[in-house]
Amino acid sequence: MRLKNLVENIGGRVVCCEEYLDREIEYAYASDLMSDVLTVKCENLLLITGLANIQTVRTAEMSDLQAIIFVRNKRVNEDMIRLAQENCIVLIEYPGTMFRVSGQLSSIGIKPVY
Amino acid sequence: MNFEFKVQGGDFVRAGNASSQVKKILKQLNVDSAIIKRVVVALYEGEVNIAAHAFNGIINVEIDTERILIKLDDNGPGIPDIDLAMQPGYSTASPIVREMGFGAGMGLPNIKNNSDDFKISSVVGKGTHLEITVNLKSTKEEV
Ligand SMILES: Nc1ncnc2c1ncn2[C@@H]1O[C@H](COP(=O)(O)OP(=O)(O)OP(=O)(O)O)[C@@H](O)[C@H]1O
Ligand SMILES: [Mg+2]
Repeated sequence: MRLKNLVENIGGRVVCCEEYLDREIEYAYASDLMSDVLTVKCENLLLITGLANIQTVRTAEMSDLQAIIFVRNKRVNEDMIRLAQENCIVLIEYPGTMFRVSGQLSSIGIKPVY
Repeated sequence: MNFEFKVQGGDFVRAGNASSQVKKILKQLNVDSAIIKRVVVALYEGEVNIAAHAFNGIINVEIDTERILIKLDDNGPGIPDIDLAMQPGYSTASPIVREMGFGAGMGLPNIKNNSDDFKISSVVGKGTHLEITVNLKSTKEEV
């Protein structure tokens, strides 16, 4: 699914890199543990996390992630935005829980990694 | 080609800078993106381990036409039981490190999985040494 439609469907707020909203997302992975995220090998992947710090964006950079959804109203800061822009990673803020957004994504056909 | 980077223990703002620079260099050299990902994931885990568990360290990256060799050397407490540390899920990460999103006990196994060759040695009270090799013409299966 196109990232733009996905964001509209879940009701998220795009914080940066709007220019990449035409990306296709196929898989999502939810975790607050970055070394877990770093084990994932698949492409067209979106990360759902409650961890909002610079290392979340670093992890996305190393794993070639397309986008990050920050759940539970966790706010993205300036340093995170700068790093995300440098690496073309779409950052999305979301008011609900990880479970809620996972359900929404699942119902629109986004697949689990395993 | 040879590159050297310094890592400061406890510095979670800059942890990842070395990995980020190496990623840019490998991209410029047109290395295959799957290989880049394996290199930078392994390096990043090693870099974060120095920030999380040691006092300071030095990363040396050597790139030639055949392979990428990364050596990470730190001054730190060392690892008393390497077999145990290599087990998925084993972690002594502090609450501060966990707050930063680390401490799953997946870093070392992850480094090994992404390497074509991996060496680790450690002296308690002195520090830890890692050697990560990724072959550029590697045909390693996805793990
Ligand atoms: N450079 C190091 N110096 C001292 N101890 C280390 C070092 N690297 C790893 N260790 C020890 O080995 C354990 C396992 O390391 P590993 O990277 O697998 O997991 P972690 O760092 O605890 O968590 P994760 O990497 O999943 O975020 C660490 O918790 C720590 O006790
Ligand atoms: Mg680690």
